[in-house]
Amino acid sequence: MSKTYYDPADLRKFGNITEWSEELGTKFFDYYNSVFQDGALTAREKSLIALAVSHTEKCPYCIDAYSKDGLQRGITKEEMMEAVHVGAAIKSGAVLVHGVQMMNKVNKLDG
Amino acid sequence: MTKLKTQSLHKRESELANSNRQIEILSNGIFKSGELPKFKDKISEIGHFPLRPKKLEILQINVGYMCNQVCEHCHVDAGPDRKEIMTKKTMQQCLEVIKNTGAHTLDLTGGAPEMNPNFRWFVEEASKAGIKDFIVRSNLTIIRANKKYYDLPYFFKKHNIHVVSSMPHWTRGKTDKQRGEGVFDQSIKALQDLNAIGYGMPNSRLKLDLVYNPSGAFLPGDQTSMEKDFKKALLEDFNIQFHNLFAITNLPISRFLDYLIASENYEDYMYSLVEAYNPSAVTNVMCTNTISVSWDGWLYDCDFNQMLDLKVASKVKHISDYNEDLLNDRNIVISQHCYGCTAGAGSSCQGTVA
Ligand code: SF4
Ligand code: SF4
Repeated sequence: MSKTYYDPADLRKFGNITEWSEELGTKFFDYYNSVFQDGALTAREKSLIALAVSHTEKCPYCIDAYSKDGLQRGITKEEMMEAVHVGAAIKSGAVLVHGVQMMNKVNKLDG
Repeated sequence: MTKLKTQSLHKRESELANSNRQIEILSNGIFKSGELPKFKDKISEIGHFPLRPKKLEILQINVGYMCNQVCEHCHVDAGPDRKEIMTKKTMQQCLEVIKNTGAHTLDLTGGAPEMNPNFRWFVEEASKAGIKDFIVRSNLTIIRANKKYYDLPYFFKKHNIHVVSSMPHWTRGKTDKQRGEGVFDQSIKALQDLNAIGYGMPNSRLKLDLVYNPSGAFLPGDQTSMEKDFKKALLEDFNIQFHNLFAITNLPISRFLDYLIASENYEDYMYSLVEAYNPSAVTNVMCTNTISVSWDGWLYDCDFNQMLDLKVASKVKHISDYNEDLLNDRNIVISQHCYGCTAGAGSSCQGTVA
């Protein structure tokens, strides 16, 4: 058995999830592939969004996949890092905005 | 940051300079264990084994492995230290073939073909044969490398040469990482020189195409969107224009194979190639319409097989015995590197094929 929960080689096996539930697995991959086609947003823009979300979700498989996807699309390192900062800013914003709740509570209890 | 090597694998006496060793690597490991299917099995599934040529359209001649650059991923293992240069005698044999071939395209490559001392003579003679499309694969920096090359754009124009040049990215950092420090600035200058005399301009008959190949262990993106991005960036930043962009996949041979192994990317890369296998690209792979001639006159199915020293499986093996009908009746020699030609939209010296 592998000694860690995450094995980079498992990413290649992602498609195997259809083996135990073909209908749902296939539906998911069809949906997934459709989402990443050029649409109102370009596939390039979607790749950067996916990269940012991969970080906020802290999914190592997604980070590997969308770092490579970005390189394939000619996306620069600077663009990739800015996307990650967008994710980080939203994450930290989401923490900090709760500071208002804290202030409300403190003010109510001790105002 | 990877430091660029300044010597060829041959000069460094690397074991990968040996083509047999490369073929061994490509045949063993994950392919031997059955973890990944062999290329032969994959094309057998769709009835394309043995792979056979169609009509010959392109005669690609490699006039020598010497180059002013030592790009990290060069499949030729070219560099200033390579001394394999086509002689005038072999060129004469090539000219005989060029006069009589049914191919409509002549494609000169290297190394830096311009470094062959008889390059200009050869181009002058070959252009008399009336071939429809006469390509020279120029690495751009050679035009700026030495005063004696400064007039190359005019020479190309005089002989109506179709210039095809490598450009890994529209940013300095990515280009220099792959091709060496200063390469980006020199390439930009050379492109501006070519543009100045009409090369690459909209509607110009002087064709200037760029070749993009990825700077690392990943596959090229969609050719059309890459072309759009390249055109926009080069025009906005440097006022440069060109006609088409060919997106080429790096094949796992020579210095790129060395890089894949050293960076522990080999298996993942082979997985990516096999996963991206596109059966509809098989019928149009480059070897189906091309013959490749080496600096010493041997014949190959393609430039990649040349570097692996896999000569054509035909009675005719050398330019001195050239016979197009006999050659066209051959089975193409394949191995796992061929997955590089069938990944995604496919890849050839003219870009995607599917
Ligand atoms: S310019 Fe071309 S031939 Fe020369 S080292 Fe680079 S890739 Fe190889
Ligand atoms: S590597 Fe050469 S022989 Fe193999 S598919 Fe590509 S062009 Fe054909």
